[in-house]
Amino acid sequence: MSSMNKIDLAQWVIEHTKKSGADQAAVSISKIREVEIEFRDKKLENLKESTQNSLSLDIYVQNRYSNHRTNDLRKESLVKLIDEAVAGTKYLTKDEFRSLPNAKYYPKEVDIELKIRDLTYENITATQRKDMAEAIEQSAMTQSDQIISTTSGYSDVYNEMVQVHSNGFSGKIESTVFAAGAEVTVRDGESGRPEDWYWASMRYHSDMPAADLLGKEAARRALRKIGQKKIESGKYTMLVENRSGYRLFSTLYTPMRARSLQQKNSFLENMLNKKIASEKLTLIDDPFVEKGLGSRIFDDDGLAMKKRVMIEKGILRDYYIDNYYGRKLGMEPNSGSTSNIVFEYGEKSMNELMQDMNNGILITGFIGGNSNSTTGDFSFGIVGQLIQNGKIVQPINEMNISGNAKEFWNSLVAVGNDPYPYSSWRIPCMMFEDVNFSGV
Amino acid sequence: MSLTISRRKFIGRTSKALGALGMVPYFLKTNLKKAFADPIGGEMKLANYYDHFGVSETLLREVMSEALSRGGDYCDIYFQHKISNYIGLEDNAVNRAYSNVDFGVGIRVIKGDQTGYSFTEEITPSAMKLAAQTAANIADSAKQVQPVALQLHEHPNYYPIETAWERVGIDKKIPYLQKINKNIFALDQRVVKSNLWFIDQSSYILITNSEGRVVYDYQPMGLITVSVTAEQQEKREQNYFTLCGREGIEFFTPQNVDRLAKESVRRTVALFEAVKPEAGEMEVVLAAGSSGILLHEAIGHGMEADFNRKEISIYSDKINKPVAPKFVTIIDNGTNENARGSINIDDEGNDSQKTYLVEDGILRSYLHDRISAQHYDLKPTGSGRRESFRYAPMPRMRNTYMLPGPHKKEEIIQSVKKGIFAESFTNGQVFIGAGDFTFYVKSGYMIEDGKITKPIKDVNIIGNGPKVLEDIVMVADDFQMDEGGWNCGKNGQMVPVSLGLPTVKVAKITVGGVS
Repeated sequence: MSSMNKIDLAQWVIEHTKKSGADQAAVSISKIREVEIEFRDKKLENLKESTQNSLSLDIYVQNRYSNHRTNDLRKESLVKLIDEAVAGTKYLTKDEFRSLPNAKYYPKEVDIELKIRDLTYENITATQRKDMAEAIEQSAMTQSDQIISTTSGYSDVYNEMVQVHSNGFSGKIESTVFAAGAEVTVRDGESGRPEDWYWASMRYHSDMPAADLLGKEAARRALRKIGQKKIESGKYTMLVENRSGYRLFSTLYTPMRARSLQQKNSFLENMLNKKIASEKLTLIDDPFVEKGLGSRIFDDDGLAMKKRVMIEKGILRDYYIDNYYGRKLGMEPNSGSTSNIVFEYGEKSMNELMQDMNNGILITGFIGGNSNSTTGDFSFGIVGQLIQNGKIVQPINEMNISGNAKEFWNSLVAVGNDPYPYSSWRIPCMMFEDVNFSGV
Repeated sequence: MSLTISRRKFIGRTSKALGALGMVPYFLKTNLKKAFADPIGGEMKLANYYDHFGVSETLLREVMSEALSRGGDYCDIYFQHKISNYIGLEDNAVNRAYSNVDFGVGIRVIKGDQTGYSFTEEITPSAMKLAAQTAANIADSAKQVQPVALQLHEHPNYYPIETAWERVGIDKKIPYLQKINKNIFALDQRVVKSNLWFIDQSSYILITNSEGRVVYDYQPMGLITVSVTAEQQEKREQNYFTLCGREGIEFFTPQNVDRLAKESVRRTVALFEAVKPEAGEMEVVLAAGSSGILLHEAIGHGMEADFNRKEISIYSDKINKPVAPKFVTIIDNGTNENARGSINIDDEGNDSQKTYLVEDGILRSYLHDRISAQHYDLKPTGSGRRESFRYAPMPRMRNTYMLPGPHKKEEIIQSVKKGIFAESFTNGQVFIGAGDFTFYVKSGYMIEDGKITKPIKDVNIIGNGPKVLEDIVMVADDFQMDEGGWNCGKNGQMVPVSLGLPTVKVAKITVGGVS
């Protein structure tokens, strides 16, 4: 189905939903085409290709709300779905805050080129995909004879989505994502088989790192875990690699969301324009990053996106407010979820920051753990490297860090100059002082 | 964030935040090529399934011939129609409903240990043949296997329910949430917010393969989860409680409705007094029931045979070796009555079974799917599972638990000088090669000089799988299967599981805390 046909179908669904008794409706229809390849032991181990369609329908019947998803887009199926869904919605309790966003929040004529769709996607051949995965595996396997197994992979995704609201919004997105990398397992004497991974994902095929680099990095990361052990509990300076920072940012993100605020599950309630972190932390939500994995003109509610400063030198400046919880809170909606997270980056690289550490721990990955948005408490398992006098001296694992996000972010003493490029959360490495580590 | 984290092995609770889905009365009748005539749920026979998916034996064999046309050794076809309904209560009103319909077919071709996979949401002869050709591309060989005549494979039913969910309208479900919510606010004046979800699912699957097996199953699921936020002076705390199983609406008895309110409130208000334990290694007592998360992470994932076939699990060379004290027996079972992780057949059409991972302290069997069983020249253990028709199956857990042991709960607690008693959990994760695993303790208690003292909250526990099994020093006789809504994630696929444990003491494990 072309985009034009999708818009026609969406409009037809809206008309039918209204005819069935709804006063408002929103529809999004998407098609995702995906190819995934896995390579191991010099063989293509998995090959998967698919195209999937889905339709999501929001129904509003006099402030009663329900949402329905289906992958069966035949009109006769949709008619039945809509009729029963509208009938079912009438059983719900009326909720005065349930209605589509005010049309003034929808995007006007926009002239921004996000560059999130690579037109060369169509030309990528099955052989190219396989060759990439094969080359990654080969590059990893040649790094050391301590490697037990490497599983490499390649995937690409094409996504086409239209969204139409009954009160005057219509939008369209076409995007591509390419991903490739490997997971490597190495032998560590009798004690175990540590593993690590290195994956890259990009909007444009030409921006992908070379297969050789992906394989080497995955191998290097696994090999440096050999001999890992836990060390003594205590307070250490902590440097968190860029790719792992998302775990820490999640301790702020959930409490910044409207639902958490309205449901009294946020320790950041009433903290707007107050200090919640050290002045090293400036965090921007930027939907217009060229080729950004989170770039977008409108969000799920159809709200026009804006570039927003969320935290400015440690001061909380904004929340993530969606349409529904915004109404419940009496707050203006902006957008209920992140687009691209961009920092005010520091001057130093991770290696330079490491040199400033006397006795600290470089975190290269988190394992498990969770955080509590109501109280700020968090506790995560970690793996990493012990740093003494600026040098890596010992791989470590099987330890936890614990704290409370209310105080923890004040201990941020430096941010690096190295945004993680393979995620919409472009987080740099971050250094914190006096973090509670539990080990032996 | 997508692919970079998709390979992690983890488990988490069905959360309210997952409320992406839905409701509606008699929904099943909607999305079918041919509307379900009368028989639904467990009443349906093979002819009804053929009718439902609009296929015949002839067509299935034609599609399989196509799938094997490039020289594959074996192929299977997996049809699924899954209907999920979600109803939510927030701010004292049942004011949201979601539904999700998944309908499609996945075609898998195996050549040695290589897999070709494709799926289509359009169940027409041409779309299925096209998908079969795509999956066929994994092989490239002149040797051709021909699919054989189909024969129905019968199996027992481990999850009988009284009424299929499609016969339960939204109007029947709403009062449950209203009743529980009323009880929550009546139980404790400190309660300020509640969030409740009523979730039901019906999955109809039909599987056939080139060896001539055809098999079908109806897989129901019912779940109510309750989250409570309470306030005391300036302090707020939140916690939750879930009851779930492959059950019908009759599972939500007055007693269970009562438990949902009482347990969720008790677990929340206890947190006002909670402290953080000291950081470091200590004795840990795991409460009977949901503490089975220890087994899921410490040993379960490592026993999935795909990881062992690739030699990347820490258990790869430990079969028939002692791994735990003699009183430890650990089972992964798909046949527990109405349990969330039970399956009558696995997603490759093999019989479900009870598999001994550890028997009297000795490591006995991995969890096998077709590919790994073939690799080890063993029979599959009925552990080939998949999230949906969009994925190829792989070895997965079902209900993972430890049998009762010789000790008493009281003597276990009395034996602890300084440690913690872990009671409720939210999630866990494991590195299957290194053996590091974690689970997050949402609430529990300190144990000091043999007595339970202050409550604790929000601590992560981290250990090494084989080391922790060796360090199990006491196992009580009070086994409980958990009834929570656990979802297990592996390589980007989620499947429902359950777990269980008697009260267990581990001599030494690292607890996240303050220094």
